[in-house]
Amino acid sequence: MTTNMRYKSRIIKTEDSEDKQYVGFATLPNQVHRKSVKKGFDFTLMVAGESGLGKSTLVNSLFLTDLYKDRKLLNAEERISQTVEITKHTVDIEEKGVKLKLTIVDTPGFGDAVNNNECWKPITDYIDQQFEQYFRDESGLNRKNILDNRVHCCLYFIPPFGHGLRPVDVEFMKALHERVNIIALIAKADCLTPNETKKLKDRVRDEIERFGIKVYQFPECDSDEDEEFKQMDKELKECTPFAVIGSNTVVEARGQRVRGRLYPWGIVEVENQSHCDFVKLRNMLIRSHMHDLKDVTCDVHYENYRAHCIQQMTSKLAQDNRMDSSIPILPLPTPDAETERLIKMKDEELKRMQEMLEKMQQQMHEKDQ
Amino acid sequence: MPESSLDLELGFHPAPSCSSQCFRALSWRRVSLECLLVLSSSTIDKPVPQPLRRHSQTTLSLVPQNEEKRSLSLGGHVGFDSLPDQLVSKSVTQGFCFNILCVGETGIGKSTLMNTLFNTTFENEEASHYQNGVYLRPRTYDLQESNVHLKLTIVDTVGFGDQINKDESYKPIVDYIDTQFENYLQEELKIKRSLFNYHDTRIHICLYFIAPTGHSLKSLDLVTMKKLDSKVNIIPIIAKADTISKSELHKFKIKIMSELVSNGVQIYQFPTDDEAVAEINSSMNAHLPFAVVGSVEEVKVGNKMVRARQYPWGVVQVENESHCDFVKLREMLIRINMEDLREQTHARHYELYRRCKLEEMGFKDTDPDSQPFSLQETYEAKRKEFLTDLQRKEEEMRQMFVNKVKETEAELKEKERELHEKFEQLKRMHQEEKRKVEEKRRDLEEEMNGFNRKKLAAETLSLSQPLKKDKDKKKYKTNAWHSGGF
Repeated sequence: MTTNMRYKSRIIKTEDSEDKQYVGFATLPNQVHRKSVKKGFDFTLMVAGESGLGKSTLVNSLFLTDLYKDRKLLNAEERISQTVEITKHTVDIEEKGVKLKLTIVDTPGFGDAVNNNECWKPITDYIDQQFEQYFRDESGLNRKNILDNRVHCCLYFIPPFGHGLRPVDVEFMKALHERVNIIALIAKADCLTPNETKKLKDRVRDEIERFGIKVYQFPECDSDEDEEFKQMDKELKECTPFAVIGSNTVVEARGQRVRGRLYPWGIVEVENQSHCDFVKLRNMLIRSHMHDLKDVTCDVHYENYRAHCIQQMTSKLAQDNRMDSSIPILPLPTPDAETERLIKMKDEELKRMQEMLEKMQQQMHEKDQ
Repeated sequence: MPESSLDLELGFHPAPSCSSQCFRALSWRRVSLECLLVLSSSTIDKPVPQPLRRHSQTTLSLVPQNEEKRSLSLGGHVGFDSLPDQLVSKSVTQGFCFNILCVGETGIGKSTLMNTLFNTTFENEEASHYQNGVYLRPRTYDLQESNVHLKLTIVDTVGFGDQINKDESYKPIVDYIDTQFENYLQEELKIKRSLFNYHDTRIHICLYFIAPTGHSLKSLDLVTMKKLDSKVNIIPIIAKADTISKSELHKFKIKIMSELVSNGVQIYQFPTDDEAVAEINSSMNAHLPFAVVGSVEEVKVGNKMVRARQYPWGVVQVENESHCDFVKLREMLIRINMEDLREQTHARHYELYRRCKLEEMGFKDTDPDSQPFSLQETYEAKRKEFLTDLQRKEEEMRQMFVNKVKETEAELKEKERELHEKFEQLKRMHQEEKRKVEEKRRDLEEEMNGFNRKKLAAETLSLSQPLKKDKDKKKYKTNAWHSGGF
């Protein structure tokens, strides 16, 4: 079963509605489906890695469009001291009535300079900026049309020419793993034989674990899923990091026109499962886990950011010791019951003493007179 | 006398003060030889004086300062055409030496390519990506093919391109190359040197491995090649070329070459002056940089086992010219131009290094008067300078020493004087005390004498009145006791 069919089979069928005991809220999934189709979806994908690893080609292959029409590539001498830029491309694509606003965030210049110290800083700043903006919008008064620009997923491209992760890869992933979902990919996998691919994948997995990098974990599938799906899920998890090949060109292979690369010794087909893991990546990224990626971003990464932000703000306020706060929604520290009671008691005492004082004054006054 | 082309005359040149008559008195000799002899005399700075020409039967061949070589044709087979063979046999006995430097990122395929090129397995462990800096790892192997011995040194760059900050990556490589040149220079400058059996470790060729990104050179590649191009012959190679399709490869090569040219990087050009190999070399120059694939595994293709890489979509054969440029690289590097590479290293790169180094040390080819300097003279001059310097320093130090000694002496004298004074003072005090004590003693003695006299007087008194009885005695005694005043 393909993943789409699996999802559709969860939606209740109309025959069950004729049961007398039937209340009817089992149609909720249908309603959700309808509403979501009407609203449309959005997804922000970030691609990061050195130049020349095939990021743009892969994005084009994934979404079957040409996002990078007029791109200017820099020369080597210009890249010696290049800084990392952040570029955004937004496209609206539609399939079977479902609208998707896709934003691709590119990071040209990453890892290209001779001195790459802190070259990931612009990227982390960008992600934090998006979080901050969403936080402000969420805390604002008018929350109808919030634009969600938060980065939902980051595809990190590892070069296949080495023996595993390099220091710059490790540092980048460690800087980002608590801000965004990272999916590691082995780029340009057509330079690795199947044995070499397996060795490299094992190596990369080991190194990711050894350095404590938290890449995106696929959610465990429910126990009531069927065996086939469980098997697929297991295979998927063992296949990470995916070894992918991308192509902008369509070639003729085995009588069909497919996306592929033409070599004198053969044709590499991008969508052939025995050639590379492109299909697995596409299924995982788009067909089954896109929404989960969004959920993890909202529930985990964004909440982390928000809590961290608020803590910083309250500690700062406590230091300043000023009662006026610029942000209205700031949760004021609620005084606990104990102190309140004490305060009340003290207040009453004060009042009593004041009365007594007044009485005495009066008496004195009378005495004088 | 008829002049034949074989005749050669020896003549004496006249001293400028000789008159022509004197000259006539000199004897002439005519020698005829069958081989080519060139006479040159650098002390002659005057052309043939005119009066000699009067003797027309004698032909004079005085060779002026600038040589005029005459080529002669031989009348038979002499046999010196075996000279190249003699040279070859000597070289073969001596053995050849070749040093390759492989520069490239970790894991780009340097070791595999070396294994493939020399069709053997050099032992090497996989390098890790987490080195702190770039290290060079030279390994020497002895290879033999038919009767030719080759001492091959392969230098690997470990950790190149792995650090986050790659500003200093080129330094260890440049330092290593310079060190090899320095070692050779030292050997050359020795008094007792043995260049014929010196193990030449100078790098003859640097293979620079470019990652197959398909776009252009990386910034690190450009920076490193610029630093290396004046020190070593560079041949750029596109590694792991089975990841680039043909059309992309063509664009990539053009982009790389244009970037190298526009940045003034001089890579090694295969020589085109030798007619035997000019054609193939010039065609190969157009194929730079070579796109290579390396493999030591063998795959069955057709009915042969060939070195190849097996993919699910096909088999990349290493020695297939339409798959990659490995065969071209091997031809150029090993089969045709190896000797030229060694020559270029010695004649161009090493000489440049030597010149810079010696100029740094202060040697010059010509002094301010533009007279040719000899190394000996310069060396002597420097040595003298050094010795005088040394002497001067010695003098200074001696002077300082003497001064210090004087100072200390003066101090010591001062102290001595002080001590003396103190001694005198103490002595005086001592005398003073002694005198006082003497006085006191005298006083005491006087007192004692006085007392004794009184005592005597009292005794005589008591003796002169023995009639007074005991009562008086007693009385007196008691009185005496009381008024005795002891």
